Amino acid sequence: MKVVLGCVWIGPRQKSKPLLLTTGAGISHLVRSRLSQIFCCAHPARHNQAAMRSFPTFQRGLQAAAFNTAIALGITAFGEHDFFSNLVYSQCIGLSIWLLIDVGQYKLIPDYTTQWRRLFWLVPLCVVMGYLAGTGLAGKLLAHSGYDYWVKQPQKALGFLLVSLAAGGVITYFFFSRLQLAKAREEMARTQTQAETAQRQAAEFQLKLLQSQLEPHMLFNTLANLRALIAHNPEQAQHMLDHMVAYLRATLSSSRTTLHPLQTEFDRLRDYFELMAVRMGSRLRYVLEMPPELANAPVPALLLQPLVENAIQHGLESKIEGGSVTVNARLEGSNLVLEVHDTGVGLPEAECPAGFGLAQVRDRLSTLYGPLGTLEFIAACAGNTRVRVTFPYKKS
Amino acid sequence: MNLPNTPTAVIAEDEPLLAAALRSELAQAWPELRILASVGDGRSAVAQALALQPDVLFLDIRMPGLSGLEAAAELMDAWPTAATNPAFPTLVFVTAYDQYAVQAFDAQAVDYLLKPVQPERLKKTVAKVQLAIAAQAQKAINTIANQTPDTQPLETTLAQLRHLLAATGSGRAAPAPLQYIQASLGSTIHLLPVSDVVYFEAADKYVRVLTAEREVLIRTPLKELLPQLDANTFWQIHRSTVVNTRCINHVTRDEVGKLWLQLHSRPERLAVSRLYAYLFRAM
Repeated sequence: MKVVLGCVWIGPRQKSKPLLLTTGAGISHLVRSRLSQIFCCAHPARHNQAAMRSFPTFQRGLQAAAFNTAIALGITAFGEHDFFSNLVYSQCIGLSIWLLIDVGQYKLIPDYTTQWRRLFWLVPLCVVMGYLAGTGLAGKLLAHSGYDYWVKQPQKALGFLLVSLAAGGVITYFFFSRLQLAKAREEMARTQTQAETAQRQAAEFQLKLLQSQLEPHMLFNTLANLRALIAHNPEQAQHMLDHMVAYLRATLSSSRTTLHPLQTEFDRLRDYFELMAVRMGSRLRYVLEMPPELANAPVPALLLQPLVENAIQHGLESKIEGGSVTVNARLEGSNLVLEVHDTGVGLPEAECPAGFGLAQVRDRLSTLYGPLGTLEFIAACAGNTRVRVTFPYKKS
Repeated sequence: MNLPNTPTAVIAEDEPLLAAALRSELAQAWPELRILASVGDGRSAVAQALALQPDVLFLDIRMPGLSGLEAAAELMDAWPTAATNPAFPTLVFVTAYDQYAVQAFDAQAVDYLLKPVQPERLKKTVAKVQLAIAAQAQKAINTIANQTPDTQPLETTLAQLRHLLAATGSGRAAPAPLQYIQASLGSTIHLLPVSDVVYFEAADKYVRVLTAEREVLIRTPLKELLPQLDANTFWQIHRSTVVNTRCINHVTRDEVGKLWLQLHSRPERLAVSRLYAYLFRAM
C-alpha cells in the first residue's frame, strides 16, 4: 500500500478539473440544502422535527463524497494517474470546501433573504481555504508534499486557484438564481391567489348588493299586495305598480359611482316609502324634508336607500304599533348633512350594528369623499335611531 | 258559541291588504269557513286563538311581537289539555319568502302557503285542513267514549314545531362557546363564569342572569346567547328560560299537567313549557 502511495504524483494540470467540480459540488449541496430548508418552512410540522434537520447535513456530505468519487473516476479515465490517488485528492479538497461552506453559511448566513450577499466573500474564502487544506491533507495522506508544488510552480498554482474561484462564483450564481427563481414563482403564486381572492370577494359583494336591492321577502310581499289590489282597487294597484317600476329601475340601473340631484334621491325614497306604506298601512308614517335650494345638490345615487330600509326593517317592522321615519337634508357650513331618523324599537346596545347596508354606505362615502365623508350612528336607548351622513357640498 | 259543523278560522297577518285578500280567497275556496278574527301581530294571534278556539289558524311567519312560529309554540303552551276541550287548531303558516322556513316545512310535512297566495294552491290546503278537522272530530268521539284524552296529534305538532323553531333559528354558524358572562354594574364590568349560572330569563329588553347568590342583567338576547352555551349543560325549558341542568333538583307535575322545576340553589320554581316537556321523562 505504502509503495503505491509513494510513487503517485498528481500534477496541477490534473488537479484543476477536480477542483472546479468539487467546488461546484460543495456549493450545489449548500444551496440545495437551503432550498429544502426554505420549503420546509412552508410545512411547519416537518420543520419542527429535529431528526429531519440533522439528516440533510449527513446526506449532503454523502452526496458531496459521491460527487468527488465521480470526479476522481473521470480524471482517472482521461488522465494519467491511478484512481486511488485521484480519489484521495478529490475527496480531501471537495469535502474540505463543502465542510467549510456548509458550516460557514450555517454560522454566518442565518437569514438568506437579507444576508445572501455574504456569499460573495464566504464562497471564495471557503474555496481558497478548502483548496489549501485539501491539498495539504491529501499530500500528508499520500506522503508527498503539496508545498513543493507551490514553491516550484507558484504562478500556475495561483492561476488554477483563480480559475477555481471564478468557476465557484459562476456555480454559486447559478444556484442562487435558481433560489431567486423559486422565490419569484412563490411570489407569483401568492399574488395570483390574492387576485383570485379579491375577484371572489368582488363577486360576493355584487351578489350581496343585488340580494339587498332585490330582497325576496320584500319583493314577494309587494307582489302579493299588488295581486290583492288588482281585484279591489285597480287604480291603487296601478299607482303601486308605478312606484315599483320606478324603484326597480333605479335600484337595478344605479351605478355606485354616479351622482344625482338630491330631488331625485328623495323621489326614489318616496317610491320605496309608498310601496311600504301600502304594505304596512297605518303602521308606517314618513316625512321627507328638504330646503328647496338643495334640490339640485349632487348626492351619490341611492346612498340613503339602505338606511331607510334599515329604519323600516329593523326599526318599525317588529314594532306592533309601527312608527315614523323622517329623512331630512340641510347645509352645515360647506357640508351637506342627510339624516334618517326612525321611532322604531331602537337597539339594545348603544353601538353601531355591523350590517351590510351600513358598511356599504360607509364604503361609498370613503371612496367618493375620503375622510370628508362620514356616517354617524346615533341610537338612543328609548327606541330612536338616527343615522347621519355628512359629505362636502359641491354645487352642480 | 260555534254552530256545530261550521268550521272556523283566525287569520294572523300584519299586512292589512294581504289579510283581506286571504279572507276573500278563502271565501272562494271554502265558502262555509267562518273567519272569527283577523289580527296583525303574534301576541294578538295567541290571545284571539285562545279566546275563540278556531279550527284553523293561519299564521304569517314574519309578524311584529311574536313570529308565527313563536306564536304557535306559545299557543300550544297555553292551550287547555282537558279531554272536554276542543282540539288544538290546525296550523297553516303563510310566508312570502323564507328559505329556511320553507325547507323546514317540507321536512316536517307542515302545511304552508306562499304569498302571493294562488287559488289552486289554497284549494289543496283547504282539502288537507278539512281532512285533518274530520280526523280530529272522529278522535274526539272516540275520546269521549273511552274517557282517555288522546294526546298523540298534539305531541306530533309539538315535535314538528320544535324542529321548525330549531331550523329557522340556526341560520348562522354557532360562535365559540361562552366562558364568562360579562355584565356591567355601574361603571365596573363583572365576569361571571358561565358554569356558575343557575338560569337565564328573558325579561323585556334584557336577560336576567341568576347565580346562586346574585342576579345581573345583560343586553344580549337569549336567542344570541343560546348557541354559545353548551347544549348538554344548558337546556331551554321555555321561550324565555334557559336552565343549568346541574342546578335542577327535581321536576313536579301539577294538577293541570304543567311541569315545574325545583332548583338546588334558588328558591323559585321554573315553569317548563309544553314544547320542552319532552326533556323530562322518567327513564
